[in-house]
Amino acid sequence: MVGIVIVSHSWKIAEGVCDLAREMAQGIEGLIPAGGLEDGSTGTDAQRIADAIVEADSGDGVVILADIGSAIMSAEAAIELLEDEGREINAVIADAPIVEGAVCAVVEAAGGGSVDAVLSAAEESREANKL
Amino acid sequence: MPGGIYECISLISERITANKDLLTELDREIGDSDHGINMARGFQAVMEKLTPEDTDIGATLKKAGMTLLSKVGGASGPLYGTAYMEAGKITAGKTELTPEDMKAVFEAAIAGIQKRGKAVEGEKTMLDAIIPASTAFSRRLYEGADMAGALDAACEAAREGVEYTKTIIATKGRASYLGERSIGHQDPGATSAMITLEAIRDYIKGK
Repeated sequence: MVGIVIVSHSWKIAEGVCDLAREMAQGIEGLIPAGGLEDGSTGTDAQRIADAIVEADSGDGVVILADIGSAIMSAEAAIELLEDEGREINAVIADAPIVEGAVCAVVEAAGGGSVDAVLSAAEESREANKL
Repeated sequence: MPGGIYECISLISERITANKDLLTELDREIGDSDHGINMARGFQAVMEKLTPEDTDIGATLKKAGMTLLSKVGGASGPLYGTAYMEAGKITAGKTELTPEDMKAVFEAAIAGIQKRGKAVEGEKTMLDAIIPASTAFSRRLYEGADMAGALDAACEAAREGVEYTKTIIATKGRASYLGERSIGHQDPGATSAMITLEAIRDYIKGK
């Protein structure tokens, strides 16, 4: 199954998004939060994200959802750290809001979708109207 | 550069920490008030990782870069972290840098920052200090200056670059939300870049 990593400046947001998305697919594995810094303060940590990608990957690849500011840059740096280590993980970043994107991505991943399908599901969540 | 990458990074850390409040104050004006705090936290972690036995410039820069990626927390983490890591890649195994090596370090660091931040000159970022500094360094070197002389020119250009950031609108990062209201304020990232370059120069001159 495709893994999913939720990157946020806040560990509470990252864990909360995972809790919410997990309700859509009980017992799902490979949905991993990577929020905040090691000491619990606000921010993003490329090493923490890289570790989450490794944990999320079961060999089918990983889709990353990230919040504001440095989250995307840290996620990109994390992917490069893993490449530099010689790990071959197909990790991609979704251009999507993290809450809606995570819910859609989890449903697609739980249904056995590929990395491309999970990525598309996350990104299509942008199109959903709320009003 | 004579050896002493540990001592050089120590001086950078000292200067960043000494200017923590200034950097935070600049960031309070046009950003999210955390640049000084983040950079000081990052360099404190770097100094905990490094020891005076770290003499391989490439390996030490890589170690420092990995730590900045992890511990800074804000956008300056992946930006400076990538700059240090890219500089480390081209200096692997070296314990001294020639002026030509230093020119390559500038270029690798800039390429790393641009890869990560996708910014160009004139967007009110650290690049507005570093790119002119790199250009001035290369030019002065070409004119026959030594490392210290070329770094003097680089620092002068960085200072002018920081002044230039007061006159332009931010289009990258948190400051971009302010639009024209960002005019009149100097960029915190350009300022920390200038402080870094001045520390490198002072380290070289103090040897």
